[in-house]
Amino acid sequence: MSEDSSGPTKKPTRRTFLRATGSSAAAAIVAARVASPGRKTPSPGVDRPNIPGAVPVTLRINGKDHSLRVDPRTSLLDCLRETVALTGTKKGCDHGQCGACTVHVNGRRVLSCLSLAVMHDGEDITTVEGLGTPDSLHPMQAAFLARDAYQCGYCTSGQLMSAVALLKEPCGPDDAAVKELMSGNICRCGAYSNIVAAIQQVRKNA
Amino acid sequence: MHTFKFVRPPDSAAAIAMAARSKTAQQGADVRFIGGGTTLLDLMKLNVETPAQLVDVNRLPLGRIEAVPDGGLAIGATVRNSDLAHDPRVRRDYTVLSQAILAGASAQIRNMATTAGNLLQRTRCVYFRDTAMPCNKREPGTGCSAITGSNRMLAVLGTSDQCIATNPSDMCVAMAALEATVHVQGPKGKRAIPIGDFHLLPGNTPQRENVLEPGDLITHVTLPPPVAGSKQLYLKLRDRASYEFALASAAVVLTVAAGKVTRARIALGGVGTKPWRSPDAESALVGQSADAASFRKAADAAMRGAKPQSENGFKVELAKRCLAHALQTAAAS
Repeated sequence: MSEDSSGPTKKPTRRTFLRATGSSAAAAIVAARVASPGRKTPSPGVDRPNIPGAVPVTLRINGKDHSLRVDPRTSLLDCLRETVALTGTKKGCDHGQCGACTVHVNGRRVLSCLSLAVMHDGEDITTVEGLGTPDSLHPMQAAFLARDAYQCGYCTSGQLMSAVALLKEPCGPDDAAVKELMSGNICRCGAYSNIVAAIQQVRKNA
Repeated sequence: MHTFKFVRPPDSAAAIAMAARSKTAQQGADVRFIGGGTTLLDLMKLNVETPAQLVDVNRLPLGRIEAVPDGGLAIGATVRNSDLAHDPRVRRDYTVLSQAILAGASAQIRNMATTAGNLLQRTRCVYFRDTAMPCNKREPGTGCSAITGSNRMLAVLGTSDQCIATNPSDMCVAMAALEATVHVQGPKGKRAIPIGDFHLLPGNTPQRENVLEPGDLITHVTLPPPVAGSKQLYLKLRDRASYEFALASAAVVLTVAAGKVTRARIALGGVGTKPWRSPDAESALVGQSADAASFRKAADAAMRGAKPQSENGFKVELAKRCLAHALQTAAAS
């Protein structure tokens, strides 16, 4: 955590704090569950190549191949967040009810929490990190900014992935059609009307 | 989640051989086929399903929609719900199926869920999903928590003293009205099962939801040739306008000539323990004038014998109005 030790004036951000504390705590829990008696518990951040039953999988994530070994139980969501450390994709309900974990697989939007990483060997995954960059936002990201289409931001990456996929799906021109096709993405803050406005702005300019 | 072995079979024969080792193909199966995963992984996270082996059928060649010589359509087991709903042939000739699928779940889930998986969709009964509670479907003999508990969403048709769980599928309701056939390949060969015979009533064995035996792989579903001039509609009533299971739904395929109903196929969703075809409603309608009075009589016939529970009595009248409105709307289309 070099960014945390750069000096007394540099305070840890919420993200670096969570990364430092949360990931080691999570790793310890996982290690406790998978380690058989007598096996050495690996240190946090160290690869665990010999998990019993671990299987190899290659995922093409945001255009880059990742050859990984995962416990077969690993959801695509957990694989992206914990194994590949792409934390833009969020875990909300983990049961396919909220849409926060929406990513694209081979160009189509799916729920990464209800899918196993091993089911996607060789497939193309796009996460919010692959949509745009801070310097070059995807038009949908720019529209979300312009239209104030979020408050807390937790559902936003899922909303964005759904909204971008929607552009290529059969969808009527009116707001009602957009709302219907966005119904799988829940926003606890209730930014729905601004989300619809952002999507309609992008569709009009397309 | 319990550990499991993940296997990707090279072909259907290997998949069948792997699954044939399971003690049962029903609740608690040791080996499960996995398609979209939208039902199974959800239940595995809840420890409601704890298979020791998952057989991934996604890469088997079961993902096509093809015309069949008799003029009907064959839908592969792994065709995604969204692809089925948007197929031009389905939209044109089997409108009710396209409408039913698009009324269910969300765009993401429809992109994942498969034809065969939707046929095997499990109930949303909260007691089935909660391993802390008694449930005859999950653990036979433990009792039904829903009969004396929260049962607002549950079934009023086809229930038993053991189980009142609703079948939650929209797709299956439309397929029942279209008289689809489920094609299965198993260790003993192939067989074709009319959709009306595929799902089982709970009776004294609510853990048995369909006729599948270990190793049985659903390969495809066929739809009979479209009925020329038929008017079709799927109407779904629910607590919110989208992304919600049905309180009551109706799939109707209606033929009207000179103001009289000449043919009717009717199925209900959200009210039955299985996708609920109603021959009583159909025979009440054929030969009658296509008007509000006939439609209401058919709806009364459909719900005759309904057995409401403490919280879901409203479903009887709701389902009647749903069906009558669907028939009226279809007839006027």
